[in-house]
Amino acid sequence: MDIPYTVEVRRDTGLTNGKIGIWLFLASEVMLFGALFASYILIRTGAPSWPRGDTILNVPLATFNTIVLISSSVTMVMAWASLMRHRFGTFRIYMGATILLGFVFLIVKYFEYTHKFHDGLYPSTNNFLAIYFTLTGLHMLHVMGGMAVNAYFWGPGAKLWKTNPTWFTNRVEHSGLFWHFVDLVWIFLFPTLYLL
Amino acid sequence: MTTDHAVTSDHAADIDKHVRVYITVFVALMVLTIVTVAISYLHLPVPIAVSVALLVATVKGTLVACYFMHLISEKKLIYAVLVLTALFFIALLALPAITHSNGYWIHEEHPPTDVQTAPATSPH
Repeated sequence: MDIPYTVEVRRDTGLTNGKIGIWLFLASEVMLFGALFASYILIRTGAPSWPRGDTILNVPLATFNTIVLISSSVTMVMAWASLMRHRFGTFRIYMGATILLGFVFLIVKYFEYTHKFHDGLYPSTNNFLAIYFTLTGLHMLHVMGGMAVNAYFWGPGAKLWKTNPTWFTNRVEHSGLFWHFVDLVWIFLFPTLYLL
Repeated sequence: MTTDHAVTSDHAADIDKHVRVYITVFVALMVLTIVTVAISYLHLPVPIAVSVALLVATVKGTLVACYFMHLISEKKLIYAVLVLTALFFIALLALPAITHSNGYWIHEEHPPTDVQTAPATSPH
């Protein structure tokens, strides 16, 4: 049985099921990260003293990673735009670039984490590092999840383009919505943890 | 058959315009990232630094949401979902402030250090 409303929109919602599904999922993600941000505020305002992020963390590396993630958001939306222009080859290039930029982000994060561990700084060291590792760790898992989905659409999932290009385009758009959300979360994490 | 952001000729004709907007937003995001880092080097007082950093982050987030996530031209149902989410999100962030106003930390009592506590008595 075919999945309903993957291409045509429902009359009651005015949307495809995939579109409303990804937005409901993102709404739940807002609450997940919101709970952790609330925890951060609670811990920080309750602490007698709180370190500036730049005295512990590496701001130039994080700035570089911010640029990487924003660039990956652009390549992601360009991948979708390429499909809208019926340019599958260009889609592959942009989607490949998005995945590669995701890898760059993870490699930089690996160096940041290992440097902290080398200096004897762990989540158990203090509350600042506990919330830093929790927030950035959860965000990193989201980057990995997004990369896995994008890699599927770059590779085996791209077969759908030949049989149902509109459905494939919609799927890439939904995957992009998740990726942009991951970028958006980082936009708030970066100043909160590294600069304040 | 109607489609949602489908590959229709009308929609495809607008893509070139969309791409130009994406590039403009990308440049704006890069500039704002530099602004965010530059402001941090001014070592402003914490309340001002937090306000400015969150303001710039909100502008960046709005650009991503409006243009990359196409929220600027989305269906009403999506807006309804997001308004509901925003209300709960604000409530979630307000919880620490409410707790703080109740004096959770202010009334925290510490045992006096100059008074020796009685040694624990053995049940035997």
